[in-house]
Amino acid sequence: MRTFDRPLSAGDFAAARKRLLQMHYEAGVGHIGGNLSAIDAMLIVLHEFVQPDDAFILSKGHSAGALYTALWSLGRLSDDDLAMFHKDGTLLAGHPPASGIPEIPFATGSLGHGLSLAAGTALGFRFRNQDARVFCLTSDGEWQEGSTWEALIFATHHRLANLTILVDHNNLQGMGTTEAVASMSPLWEKLEGFDVDFDVVDGHDAASIRNALNVAADRPRIIFLETKKGSGVTFMEERMEWHYLPLTEQQYNAAVLEIDRR
Amino acid sequence: MCEALVSRAANPDMLFITGDLGFMALEGLQAVMGPRFINGGVAEQNMMSVSAALARQKFEVWAYSIAPFCYARPFEQIRNDIAFHKLPVNLIGNGGGYGYGVMGPTHHAIEDYGVLLTLPDFAVFVPVFDEDVGAVVAAAAGVDRPTYLRLGRGEHPTGYVPPSYAPWRQLTVGDGATVLAVGPLAGSYIEAFEALPASRRPNLWAVAQLPVTANPPPNELLAQIASASVLCIAEEHVAQGSFAAQLALYLATRGLAIPKLTTLHARAHLYERYGSQRFLREQSKLDVPSMLAAIAQ
Repeated sequence: MRTFDRPLSAGDFAAARKRLLQMHYEAGVGHIGGNLSAIDAMLIVLHEFVQPDDAFILSKGHSAGALYTALWSLGRLSDDDLAMFHKDGTLLAGHPPASGIPEIPFATGSLGHGLSLAAGTALGFRFRNQDARVFCLTSDGEWQEGSTWEALIFATHHRLANLTILVDHNNLQGMGTTEAVASMSPLWEKLEGFDVDFDVVDGHDAASIRNALNVAADRPRIIFLETKKGSGVTFMEERMEWHYLPLTEQQYNAAVLEIDRR
Repeated sequence: MCEALVSRAANPDMLFITGDLGFMALEGLQAVMGPRFINGGVAEQNMMSVSAALARQKFEVWAYSIAPFCYARPFEQIRNDIAFHKLPVNLIGNGGGYGYGVMGPTHHAIEDYGVLLTLPDFAVFVPVFDEDVGAVVAAAAGVDRPTYLRLGRGEHPTGYVPPSYAPWRQLTVGDGATVLAVGPLAGSYIEAFEALPASRRPNLWAVAQLPVTANPPPNELLAQIASASVLCIAEEHVAQGSFAAQLALYLATRGLAIPKLTTLHARAHLYERYGSQRFLREQSKLDVPSMLAAIAQ
């Protein structure tokens, strides 16, 4: 999927952030906070790591906007496509579609599916003797889904070393912090005893993310991305309401201005 | 079923995944398939999503559990991951209907095909006789869409030679009512119907593939329905989402006459006592005496 070999620059991240905000502002929709927490890792994975035979599965489907933006930055989606986000007749629904975009293998949006789909894909690559990797981005809240643990058990039992799991650990979910809702934070402490390799990195630091993705492992690897919901826009950062709210014109302009000034 | 799958196992793209069930039944398949026989553990949701992902890579995927565990808990995975993507995963549910009767209500699968047929492009196979299973497995593998095989124990009379597999088969011939029965239940009526005089003997048809829209009734059956005074439909499935409802809709929307319709169906988990499949059929009025009473009215 990658289109160029140079690492993404700060300008690339800023441009993607602004495009993401524009798309959501024009559509008048929310879920912006979780898109901004995930977009840095998503850009790096898709631009710098995913090869043509690899697969990327967005388990936290409510960050579809970041995925669409990343595909736009790769030239796979156009401005015209993004202009249709959330509109009648669009391919770009609020959560990834079931067909129509080759880079999106599965419709996701109901949490707890993506890791199983990724594990199955990784197992399939192994059966095919295909030297391909699978990257799966989950939210932190979706580790409250039992099916996610089913998938982890399966992936570790089969030692799916071609599977890299990224967890957008932004600490906020539907109605509160992950700690307040389910006492699972930090999540990586709950993995003790699982046969996995894991790292905890700053999910907004490109070098840290790259380094973590470059580590070879002989078993499934989990990269916990310590992120901020709404990252890059101060008035959104770590605030619950940006799981839901759309941007007003004033807020949109202020957000773009802040990104330009950084 | 094991033999039928073993016969396909030479295909290197065939994968079988079980939800940790099949003890003393699937060992032969496991031996032949080696690592392509996957025990996914007690994790049906994961099993369905993994199956979807494997099918997307063009593997021939068979996902197995006992029928009640095959569709209910992992329904969302079947819907989102398999059906939404039109992936040809073959689900095998053993012991459909009351097959695990005395095991209790959690083990009854009496809304299975109704639920699954709400999904787009699902094909359901309900083999009537044990002899059908090979043909059903081959047919399911040849369908480029999701399938569900509801397996039960064939129940034809001793010495009876079943007709070759077909989605619709007439099993008894007479001048009595027209009776349609889904799956093995049909076989349970043969002996009693054959004992009736021809003037009262029903035309019994066994139904093995659903939905009706994808497997329309043959003209011969439609002619019988058109001239029948009573149409009786029996199935080990609740009334909602039933074959009977499908057929009635099929006939009505085509302007075809529907005679007086009597339906015998599973009661929706409304039991105070449990028992064998035979006991539960009696409770639901699906047993032979109840059928004979229904067609005598």
